[in-house]
Amino acid sequence: MSENNVSRRTMLRNVALAASLGGLPADAAQHVHNAAAEDKKATGVYKPKLFTPHEFTTLASLSETIIPGARAAGAAEFIDLLAAHNDELAAIFTGGIAWLDREMLRRHNTPDYVGAKPGQQTALLDLIAYRKNDSPELGPGIRFFEWARKMAADAYYTSKAGIAELGYKGNAGMTEFKIPREAIDYAMKKSELA
Amino acid sequence: MLQVIRSPNVHDVVVIGSGAGGGTVVHVLTGLGVNVTLIEAGPMLNPAKDFKEHMWPHQVGHRGAGDAAEQYFDKQQWGYFNAPNGYWDIEGEPYTTVPGTTFKWFRSRVIGGRTNHYGRISLRFADYDFKPYSTDGLGDDWPITYEDIAPYYDKAETFIGVTGTKENIRSAPDGIFQTPPDPRVHEILVKHACDGLKIPCIPSRMAMLTKPLNGRAACHYCGQCGRGCVTASNYSSSQVQIFPAMKTGRVQVITNAMARELITDGTGKVVAVSYIDKNTRTEKQVRCRSVVVAASACESARLLLNSKSARHANGLANSSGVIGRYLTDSVGFGLSGRIPALEGLPKHDSDGFGGMHMYIPWWEYAKKNKEFPRGYHVEIGGGFRMPQLGMTHGSCRRHEGYGPSLKQKIAGDYGVTVSLAGRGEMIPNQHTYCEIDPAVVDRFGIPVLRFSFRWTEHEVRQARHMQATFQEIIQKMGGTVSGLANPEREGEGISIGGTIIHELGTVRMGNDPNSSALNAYCQAHDAKNLFVADAAPFVSNPDKNPTLTITALAWRTAEYLAEELKKGNV
Ligand SMILES: Cc1cc2nc3c(=O)[nH]c(=O)nc-3n(C[C@H](O)[C@H](O)[C@H](O)COP(=O)(O)OP(=O)(O)OC[C@H]3O[C@@H](n4cnc5c(N)ncnc54)[C@H](O)[C@@H]3O)c2cc1C
Ligand code: SF4
Repeated sequence: MSENNVSRRTMLRNVALAASLGGLPADAAQHVHNAAAEDKKATGVYKPKLFTPHEFTTLASLSETIIPGARAAGAAEFIDLLAAHNDELAAIFTGGIAWLDREMLRRHNTPDYVGAKPGQQTALLDLIAYRKNDSPELGPGIRFFEWARKMAADAYYTSKAGIAELGYKGNAGMTEFKIPREAIDYAMKKSELA
Repeated sequence: MLQVIRSPNVHDVVVIGSGAGGGTVVHVLTGLGVNVTLIEAGPMLNPAKDFKEHMWPHQVGHRGAGDAAEQYFDKQQWGYFNAPNGYWDIEGEPYTTVPGTTFKWFRSRVIGGRTNHYGRISLRFADYDFKPYSTDGLGDDWPITYEDIAPYYDKAETFIGVTGTKENIRSAPDGIFQTPPDPRVHEILVKHACDGLKIPCIPSRMAMLTKPLNGRAACHYCGQCGRGCVTASNYSSSQVQIFPAMKTGRVQVITNAMARELITDGTGKVVAVSYIDKNTRTEKQVRCRSVVVAASACESARLLLNSKSARHANGLANSSGVIGRYLTDSVGFGLSGRIPALEGLPKHDSDGFGGMHMYIPWWEYAKKNKEFPRGYHVEIGGGFRMPQLGMTHGSCRRHEGYGPSLKQKIAGDYGVTVSLAGRGEMIPNQHTYCEIDPAVVDRFGIPVLRFSFRWTEHEVRQARHMQATFQEIIQKMGGTVSGLANPEREGEGISIGGTIIHELGTVRMGNDPNSSALNAYCQAHDAKNLFVADAAPFVSNPDKNPTLTITALAWRTAEYLAEELKKGNV
């Protein structure tokens, strides 16, 4: 399967090959190059556009707990960028983080969520991560957590690391469409359709 | 409006709209040496700039959500990465619905219209599809037969490039095909399940190239047709018909020009097209010898209904009163299932075509005493898709929790779902139509359409048949049904009218001028130099996506028009 691995070079080669057979206009070829070009390396430290440093740190830590790897995948940056242009989203996250902090203070007398002990954090998350615990007391936390979870997952699974973890091998281009025999045999055998 | 600017010269043919219908007319006429003026409401398309093929979600900061997180609040009109200009709502250009009914109208405003990002499923109508009334007493027969249109299916397929295989199935006539790509793993499973149920499952017929054609490259199997294909390996009116026609020097393209009205003279002939130049918001007129309206079925009906005069009080070409009536969409119903046989499947590149490689044509056409009239085909979805925003929302909601265990479940859900989507025939009914809303105009001052839409028992029973069949197929694969797969649906799980985007029939053809607007060549009974070349002329809405038939019919209309111009008849 290695020839089908996600590789920008493979894609360019395959597109170029397909194009050479059919006459790809120069501007189109250039577009393919641009799209396939390596992402620009981010320079310097990200400056939050909406969140306070405290909120941003909390969000980064919470995302990482929800989806390990989400911090490096830029979950907090992603949410900050969008919330800076969307008041509804901003309110969901600033309100949610404030709720977490207040809940920590109430339960453990620690000033905030990030400052609490890992065990104290997960004790609270274990409650708000499930709809079955819905109550007037936990409701706001549960609804916030659903947002944090889906956006952390979005950030991670659209990042290079997340895509690699899922094992997506496409966006590579092929000159001929072929499915590995072992994959077909695997599914046929398991399905008992053969 | 101060002054209407009129063109000094008389244009031979003015075509309104550059989608599948308009693009075909422009291609055919310019090929026959006829000069054409094309009026298009949207801007020019520049694929190299406008298409986002091959981009990864992490190449943009918002990952595809839109700058203001539109996708998270259902405010994104169309996916960020998709080809431009397709909308359920267009700012300043509303449409209304009769109270108590729902209808959604998908419009594009750009060179190429909706073909820049359509699904490219290209199915011929069957012989019996042109004779629905003779077959079961419902609806009306077409004024043409399969034999009349078959040569134009041949021309259309040969020119645009369609994949497929010879199958000898009456509901799915064979055509002139390029070799299709191999099936994907989940499609092989569906095929085997169907074999066991005696349901046909065959290579799908798609307007994509597996071999180069007319300077267009063969597909490189990236699965991203919806974003627009930079190598023009799939059919779009813009890249395959309009741009090449522009190179002939025989077409003058006027973009950002919204046709408002067709102007007629004392004899009832069309003498000019009046349009709003969107750049200047002024009204302009082009004088013409003949006009081909191809603004998409409902826009064409709207334009004709708005072209009122003393002679044409109900709108142009509407002495029969049929314009706007006989509106239909396809019946849509979807189910998806989790297939354990796909769990742990060795990962591989399954991108392939942007769309299915196998499909299920209708199979019960010979059955007597069916529970519902007509039939449907089934579209198959699945595979290891490029991860994108929202892909894991279902898993997050289902599994809840967090941490490594959630990640494991998300990974386990990837690529194990197969979806089946039925697309079936709706019978026209008197509660389903469009008309001019007397109270509302758009931002150009043009009266807008008001829709009324209703399914009847025919369609509801058909959707139930789909549900039962899809359950059987999923179970046969060893899977469990996981949910209704139509994003927008009514109580019974049936799609909301318009959302399958096969709206048509609003300016129908027929032999009798009392019950049809157009003759067998899509020429207005009431105005000999007026033609319609989109899906408005269709007499019925068979269980096949309409675009290949739009292309074939437009091709035939254009050849007829060229002949009539030569003879001096129009
Ligand atoms: C997501 C999606 C998937 C689809 N999948 C399939 C499929 O797999 N197979 C299939 O057969 N069909 C499919 N369709 C439907 C297909 O796109 C349409 O049937 C086809 O594009 C209709 O062609 P048309 O020429 O009638 O209109 P359009 O393609 O809509 O083009 C009409 C053009 O006219 C212009 N226009 C409108 N009003 C005016 C005016 N007053 N003045 C000037 N210009 C005007 C518009 O700007 C537009 O460019 C799909 C559609 C969508 C959106
Ligand atoms: S799948 Fe093929 S036709 Fe579709 S966008 Fe990719 S290269 Fe073009």
